[in-house]
Amino acid sequence: MLKRNGFVSKAVQDIPPSGIRKFFDLITTIKDVISLGIGEPDFVTPWHIRDMAIYSLEQGYTSYTSNAGLIELRQGISEHLFNNYGLQYSPQDEILITVGVSEGLDLALRAIINPGDEVIIPEPCYVSYKPCTIFAGGKPVVIPTDADTGFKITPRQVEEAITDRTKALLLSYPSNPTGATMSKEELMKIANVVAKYNLLVISDEIYSRFTYDMPPTSFVSLAGMKERTILLNGFSKAYAMTGWRIGYAAGNKEIIAAMTKIHQYTMLCASIISQKAAIEALRNGKSAVEEMYNEYNQRRRVIVRGLNEIGLKCQMPGGAFYVFPSIKTTGLTSEAFAEKLLFEEKVAVVPGTAFGDCGEGYIRCSYATSLEKIEEALERMGKFVRNLLNKV
Amino acid sequence: MLEAKDKEILKILERDAKIKSEKIATMVGLSPAEVTAKIKELEDKGIIVQYKTIIDWEKAGEEVVYAFIEVKVTPERDVGFDAVAKRIYKFPEVHSLYLLSGTYDLSVVVEGKSMKEIAYFVAEKLATLDNIQGTVSHFILKKYKIDGKVLEPEEEDKRLAVTP
Repeated sequence: MLKRNGFVSKAVQDIPPSGIRKFFDLITTIKDVISLGIGEPDFVTPWHIRDMAIYSLEQGYTSYTSNAGLIELRQGISEHLFNNYGLQYSPQDEILITVGVSEGLDLALRAIINPGDEVIIPEPCYVSYKPCTIFAGGKPVVIPTDADTGFKITPRQVEEAITDRTKALLLSYPSNPTGATMSKEELMKIANVVAKYNLLVISDEIYSRFTYDMPPTSFVSLAGMKERTILLNGFSKAYAMTGWRIGYAAGNKEIIAAMTKIHQYTMLCASIISQKAAIEALRNGKSAVEEMYNEYNQRRRVIVRGLNEIGLKCQMPGGAFYVFPSIKTTGLTSEAFAEKLLFEEKVAVVPGTAFGDCGEGYIRCSYATSLEKIEEALERMGKFVRNLLNKV
Repeated sequence: MLEAKDKEILKILERDAKIKSEKIATMVGLSPAEVTAKIKELEDKGIIVQYKTIIDWEKAGEEVVYAFIEVKVTPERDVGFDAVAKRIYKFPEVHSLYLLSGTYDLSVVVEGKSMKEIAYFVAEKLATLDNIQGTVSHFILKKYKIDGKVLEPEEEDKRLAVTP
């Protein structure tokens, strides 16, 4: 007999399981659910990319690659970064191919954190940021944000969160779960604070391709920020390639070398088939991305309008494929709202609290689902909210 | 030159001709009146040619046969291919007609109730026209995709019900 809690480390035990996981288990018990809870594209990877992967397999590309990844892919990414932001990243030693941004994030945190170092994390945020910081031995310091400020952070909030143990600021715009984006001007003010206090920035820009109302601003493109920013991006969202697990990190030599060291001993390399597919995505994926972009943009307007009409106040998010409406008028907690909605109307949304305590009073709805399903979900949600408010 | 919004509206209509202008309005971020006006203009200019329906006649139990007929033509002085094309497309049996580059000139899509009917049309009507040097008929055996629409049922969503 194993003793209870006998073997699992304290660090792991202390971290609560993901709020999304809990909800997932609940949903699988119910049939005919329309899910607005899915954090990945509803599109299947464009055919030419899949075709290239099949072709690569036929040609026998089944081996390891160098730790940093295929040089062709790193060159492609280097060109992509130059064309989009006018910045030079050397394919040789400033770009690392990772198993999705998830691995990139883990590597970045482990490469920079000494025990007890603090990482500033604006919330609501992606579910991994805090746990990965803790796994790396760091201490997450949360900046809570809300709808009043459009879920953006201010330079003042960052300054107030800084202590002499602060090592890095973790940014993620466009944001999962809020869809918030920050303009170049707003980010520049954050950059000033970063420079003043000599911080490092980890910028997760996985949703950058889906920035709707203005051109996307990469944090690395701001004056003086390239040297002190670890840029994380990948193919999952832009090219609908979540299952391929393929991303990259770009940054200064020293940090990329440190990340590569961890990567080499833990992951060895990203899958060669995914790397081959990613090369094809960069070369010929432009029009497919454009089409997905247009469709998300249309759905975005439909869902925001629909939610506001129902009475769930919701801002027009500038990016990603999420909206984060307030459910405060219903008087329910996020979790109770999501659960009741699931049982009564069979619509799945994710409680805002899965993304941080300040997500209370909100739910995350993904519009990476067909327009027909979004409309059906809005109808059901409308009925649900009307019933709730009439009872009061 | 069309504006970006016009193009967006056209793309939406191309996929679904029945969609209401209120819905288009929300999708593209314009008012319903603006969308209605834009559609009217696109119709008037002949950019929107017609609203049609894709029908799977086979499923409806109707016998419909299509064939692609390659036609080699001697172009006429002054009018080129257009005169002979006109003589061909006036037949109601002709579903579509294209002028092509390559080894033959015209591609005629013919619609009929049976292969025999189409064969008769080609032999009696089409091949006997002046300027026509020869024809090759290809009957359609199965339709997989028409006008961008795949006829097989869509692949199911393979994603998990909730993901971060």
